[in-house]
Amino acid sequence: MGRVVIDVMPKPEILDPQGKAVVGALPRLGFDVFTSVRQGKRFELEVEGDVTPEVLAQARRAAETLLSNPVIEDVVSVREADTAEVQA
Amino acid sequence: MKVGVVTFPGSLDDGDARRAVTLAGGEAVALWHADADLRGVDAVVLPGGFSYGDYLRCGAIARFAPVMTEVVRAAEGGMPVLGICNGFQVLCESHLLPGALVRNDHQKFLCKDQRLRVESTATAWTADFTAGQEITIPLKNGEGGFVADEATLDRLEGEGRVVFRYLGGNPNGSLRDIAGISNERGNVVGLMPHPEHAVEELFGPGLDGLGLFTSVLKAGLGAIA
Repeated sequence: MGRVVIDVMPKPEILDPQGKAVVGALPRLGFDVFTSVRQGKRFELEVEGDVTPEVLAQARRAAETLLSNPVIEDVVSVREADTAEVQA
Repeated sequence: MKVGVVTFPGSLDDGDARRAVTLAGGEAVALWHADADLRGVDAVVLPGGFSYGDYLRCGAIARFAPVMTEVVRAAEGGMPVLGICNGFQVLCESHLLPGALVRNDHQKFLCKDQRLRVESTATAWTADFTAGQEITIPLKNGEGGFVADEATLDRLEGEGRVVFRYLGGNPNGSLRDIAGISNERGNVVGLMPHPEHAVEELFGPGLDGLGLFTSVLKAGLGAIA
């Protein structure tokens, strides 16, 4: 089984109210060094066999047409998952 | 004239939208998201609520509902289509309207009577207003901030496609106080506030919302004549 990881982030110029809420809450727990938080999305797509270039190409197309909205978001990464980051 | 109102799983203003159509003098037709059939309607309303698939982005999955293929085809052919709140989000995700709606800048869900200025009467849904008219209709949303890049905003302004603008304070961080826009042809309009909640005395802040529904009836009659 192969797995593709896709990271999507709000564009830098788009206000990210979720990140704003998180950065406001961090100091209440004593985390006082963080001046900004941006919150994005991570998608994990599984395939039966290996992650081939064709699988990655399809994942990239999916990322650009459905998983992100180019008006407000950037696809920052489409990659085969490292062994270390795959959850059982 | 028949005005279809689409129900998606999670729609909650479809009943009000059908009632608004009826009060305006039209025939309301209930449409189901999974049916690829517009049942002979002359116009379509995508009502507010929460469509399925909002988990990804508001309207992102609803856009692929079978009925939307027909709505997009009909809209491109000139049929009047109105998207209210979640319906506005579905229209943006369908690329019938430019831009996108993002979470309110103050991070809170908002429900209030909202003053608006009617900026354009050159659409199928606003001909019964006068340009510059100020109206009050309810607003209720969590992701109502309209955003687009500068070039798109300039084009919308330059082509007179900003249809409604917020007055008395910007409720959600929408760029340039934009509350509603139209496509180039003026048959497709999306707005965040809810005109269908201001069509009856004693319900909502007044009757200012009725104008959208009476406008489309005349637009439809014009097309038929």
